[in-house]
Amino acid sequence: MDIQELTILSINALRRNLARTLLTMLGIIIGIGSVITIMSLGAGSTESIVSSISSYGANVLTVSPGKFRRGPGGSGGTFDTLTAEDAEEIEEIPNVRMISKIVNGNKIVTANSESTSAQIIGTDVNYEEIQNITLTTGSFFDQSDVLGASKDAVIGDEVIEELFGEDSEEYVIGETVRIDGRVFQIVGVAQESSSIIIPISTAQTALLGQTYLNSINVYLENTNLVDQTTEDIENILLISHDIENSEDADFSVQNSQSFLDTISSVTGTLTAMLSGIAAISLVVGGIGIMNIMLVTVTERTKEIGLLKAIGAKDKDILSQFLIEALVLTILGGIIGILLGMGVAFIASSFMSIPFIIKLSSILVSFVVSASIGILFGYYPAQKAAKLNPIDALRYE
Amino acid sequence: MKKIPLISFEKVTKTYITGPVKYQALKGISFSIDKGEFIGIMGHSGSGKSTIMNIMGALDNPSTGRYKLKGKNIEKYDNDELADIRNGEIGFVFQSFNLLPRTTVLHNVMRPMMYGGIKKQDREGIALETLKKVGLEDKKDNLSNHLSGGQIQRVAIARALVMNPSIIMADEPTGNLDTKTAQEIMKVLQKLNKQGTTIVVITHELEIADYAKRIITLIDGQIISDKKKR
Repeated sequence: MDIQELTILSINALRRNLARTLLTMLGIIIGIGSVITIMSLGAGSTESIVSSISSYGANVLTVSPGKFRRGPGGSGGTFDTLTAEDAEEIEEIPNVRMISKIVNGNKIVTANSESTSAQIIGTDVNYEEIQNITLTTGSFFDQSDVLGASKDAVIGDEVIEELFGEDSEEYVIGETVRIDGRVFQIVGVAQESSSIIIPISTAQTALLGQTYLNSINVYLENTNLVDQTTEDIENILLISHDIENSEDADFSVQNSQSFLDTISSVTGTLTAMLSGIAAISLVVGGIGIMNIMLVTVTERTKEIGLLKAIGAKDKDILSQFLIEALVLTILGGIIGILLGMGVAFIASSFMSIPFIIKLSSILVSFVVSASIGILFGYYPAQKAAKLNPIDALRYE
Repeated sequence: MKKIPLISFEKVTKTYITGPVKYQALKGISFSIDKGEFIGIMGHSGSGKSTIMNIMGALDNPSTGRYKLKGKNIEKYDNDELADIRNGEIGFVFQSFNLLPRTTVLHNVMRPMMYGGIKKQDREGIALETLKKVGLEDKKDNLSNHLSGGQIQRVAIARALVMNPSIIMADEPTGNLDTKTAQEIMKVLQKLNKQGTTIVVITHELEIADYAKRIITLIDGQIISDKKKR
């Protein structure tokens, strides 16, 4: 008896009871399907976040107020410990090419009788270069706008689309929008952005009413000296903030790598947790398989007796029922993988994140479903193999 | 030199113990069967005829005494060795549930060859050859649940023959058949016996046993008569 023959026998046996076969497989299909979906969406959202942070560049450091901690809720947004004076001191540090001061907050934006909520970023002219802003049309505001606190705004294309409709970028230059009730003139449209960039002076006085900064972007000359420069910034700020112990610092300096580490550790933990929950349904599915296989063995007791009478050895019966359980779980696994990929594909397009399926997650799912077949199919198969032929033949 | 009988029972007893109850199904029976014989084992239910069949068919072991197949003592054989004996030396025909459900005639007949290690490419030819002997080669692709009672028993006989066993054991092979079909089946067995196959038929019907050349009659686990015809 070889595997091929046993597999054909198993498929025939499973086809005899198609409805039951499909229902039994459902547990495995759902379990494997959800693991595949979750792993794919986890990988996709990580990829999406990573690529948006990487566009930042490794040569940019961000100084934020408050203590930065790894994990969710790390950096607070309401600290008022970072000031324009801090920014000027940082600017003097060697290896710092330029800095940009940033204040931000969410405001309601109205135009064209449409309104939406957008992040307002108040900053200076360096922001354009440091953040590598690409304008689809118009221009960035200049130094005199910052000094004069002009009401000019560079608006993200996504905001423009919401307010003025699609393909409106060409004619919106010179149009006005109301931010928190105040009239601003559109001077430029930023690509792939959902924010509104205005002069920092305007933001501080007219919109946010704050003198402190929400962050400082620091653009470095030499990326290799990132650690040294980070340390320099920390030392200067500790002195000017009059703090002796760096543990008590009321600010933090991050580079894009530390962001990435945090993000991937968060998404990694989430993916692992959700996959764990999905894995529980796999165990439940496995128990379902064991249950049905036990019923099958009982139903086919006479058949087992007959097979033993015509010369089937214990191991022949064992492998026949084991392979039947394996065919169930592997087939369920394959359907689950396809279903999971389909759901992940649809969900990732809705979430506008890239659709990523790792080969490893498919291989792992396949191995897991096969293992479930062996693990939960063994006991019923063993029970079948150990049946006494006389009792089995007499079974009614 | 004394000829070794195909099958020999020497003072075989079989006691079943269920809880506190002991039941002696065979009370020390001795007989032997030579190659080419056609034997009917007669007895009412409870006479021990099924127990004889189980022991003879390597499905069960005697409690005491000796059972030899081709001179070999098979009591000490393990499960796998007994399975090999059943596969190669014995062909079973049962009263009911003879065929695998929803399986073609051909695959039913080929099944013992799967367990017997016959080469895959040879199996179909041997199976068709054997089906010819029972006159069912044109039904080879029929599913077992689409056959008449008589056809089922013929397929079972073909399957019993397919490994070219030393003996065919039929346990009430006509129990579910009408008289005419029963006679047909017995004639098939009779024909096979004339071609040299050793056959044991277990039955409680005299008309059926009558086809045999020798009749052993059992009552309460003991042989009360062992007669060769004419």
